[in-house]
Amino acid sequence: MPNIIEIKQLHKSFISEKGEVEALRDVSLEIEKNDIYGIIGLSGAGKSTLVRCMNLLERPTSGQVIVNGKELTELSDRQLRSERRKIGMIFQHFNLLMQRNVLDNVAFPIEIAGKSKREARKEAEQYLDAVGLAEKASAYPAQLSGGQKQRVAIARVLASKPEILLCDEATSALDPQTTKSILTLLKEINEKYGITIVVITHEMSVIQEICKHVAVLEHGKLVESGTTEELFRNPKTPEAKRLVFSGSEHILEMTSERIVRVRFHGGSAYEPTIGNIVLETKTPINILYANTNTVNGNAEGEMLLQLPSDDEKADHIIEYFKEKGLDPEEVSADAFAAGNTDDN
Amino acid sequence: MLSQQEILMIIEGLKDTLIIVGFSTFFGYVLGLPLGIILAVTDKEGIKPNKLIYKSLDLITNILRSFPFIILLVVLIPVTRAIVGKSYGTGATIVPLVFAAAPFIGRMVESSLKEVDKGVIEAAQSLGAGNMTIIFKVLIAEARTSLLVGATIAFGTILGYSAMAGAVGGGGLGSIAIRYGYNRFQPQILWPSVILLILLVQLFQIIGMKMSKKLDKRKK
Repeated sequence: MPNIIEIKQLHKSFISEKGEVEALRDVSLEIEKNDIYGIIGLSGAGKSTLVRCMNLLERPTSGQVIVNGKELTELSDRQLRSERRKIGMIFQHFNLLMQRNVLDNVAFPIEIAGKSKREARKEAEQYLDAVGLAEKASAYPAQLSGGQKQRVAIARVLASKPEILLCDEATSALDPQTTKSILTLLKEINEKYGITIVVITHEMSVIQEICKHVAVLEHGKLVESGTTEELFRNPKTPEAKRLVFSGSEHILEMTSERIVRVRFHGGSAYEPTIGNIVLETKTPINILYANTNTVNGNAEGEMLLQLPSDDEKADHIIEYFKEKGLDPEEVSADAFAAGNTDDN
Repeated sequence: MLSQQEILMIIEGLKDTLIIVGFSTFFGYVLGLPLGIILAVTDKEGIKPNKLIYKSLDLITNILRSFPFIILLVVLIPVTRAIVGKSYGTGATIVPLVFAAAPFIGRMVESSLKEVDKGVIEAAQSLGAGNMTIIFKVLIAEARTSLLVGATIAFGTILGYSAMAGAVGGGGLGSIAIRYGYNRFQPQILWPSVILLILLVQLFQIIGMKMSKKLDKRKK
């Protein structure tokens, strides 16, 4: 697949009262056509700035933003506007026109493209239908729930017939269930219309749910990128590990002994592996953290286990896990400890 | 009791007031609306920041707004004469009123437009909207209730200024109230004029608020 978005050596700094703040430092990435690409990072990592550079809502200080083969920073205002029509964007706070009803919100980009209000309305209906909100056509945004508002925003984006959809924390203001339904809709859009989707989020679950590729951003730097499976199975950098294990907040107190990480995939989940080894060695194992992820449809279980202080027994247990194909990996407690303090 | 002549005079005054305030508000907006739009757009947080334009208009607006109206009325006499041909009478009061109202209206428009959610403007930009589209279909459309409330306030303020029309021989209820009520001490003419002015402001206030409420789709 050809790349639809290429970011090259992107820098962005802001001048604030405290001086210059570097929001993005030498970020380069490539996004393939039809991909669902996630960019994850904690708040303040610069991910919103990065996505806003992709349609030049934010102008980079230096570097290149090549979308659809066009270097956006070199375009005139008029050319940029016409390119922007192909790069849709949805936002955390939906940003609907509050004084227009739902149908007219969806009709808005069609009006921008130069059609009459009447034509625009007529055309807008199908997009509203596509997001399942046809019956809300004459309602006003203020009367809708968060999830419905985001659906209207998606319909509005679809109405401009984009090739790319940028989602800037699009589910962060929604409850988990609504988040799921919006993510399902995004997946559908990706498949049905072949729209490349870029998802900005601080929630690992969002990445798991829909992203094929993912990049980890920290303090304005891209620290790791690859397929979502790769990142979950084997996060390499401490930053990525911290995000993958972001649920593990209690490990801090038990860092003195050896910790091993094991992964279950597919069949191994049926065998009482942990139970068996406990019975065999007659030594308790402390389960520090356990989680099941669905990564692109495949169930992946993982556990962090605290091993007995007796090295012989601990080694035996690791051997046993190896036999069972659980890829045991001893992990240093420091990475998690660091992660936990930073999260707060 | 009022004589028939006095009643006719008050009715004439009411008519003059409506003419003065109506025209002044209208022309005030003809100048003030674009002024407010340009101020909002060229401000550093606006959609097309331009320091030079913003600073100059900002300065002119502030200067015009610092003139007490009665002084403006005198200072502008040559301008008034050039526009309406004479410097006294009802028509002549409209000119200085417009000059007093336009910067005031401009400021109100500016602040109404600045209330529009930045996110909504960005959404429009991300959809490829140009600045004109954003001004008319986003800024003005989204700020319409606030603009209408502003217009109601502007109307009341201009009505207040119009009482000074008497100083240059203009008509209207305010002028009658001053000439008959104050200069000649005729409370039977002062009070009906004042009450009519109060009713007028009330009426427009109520209509303005009702309309803006009806137009506002943000809370329902």
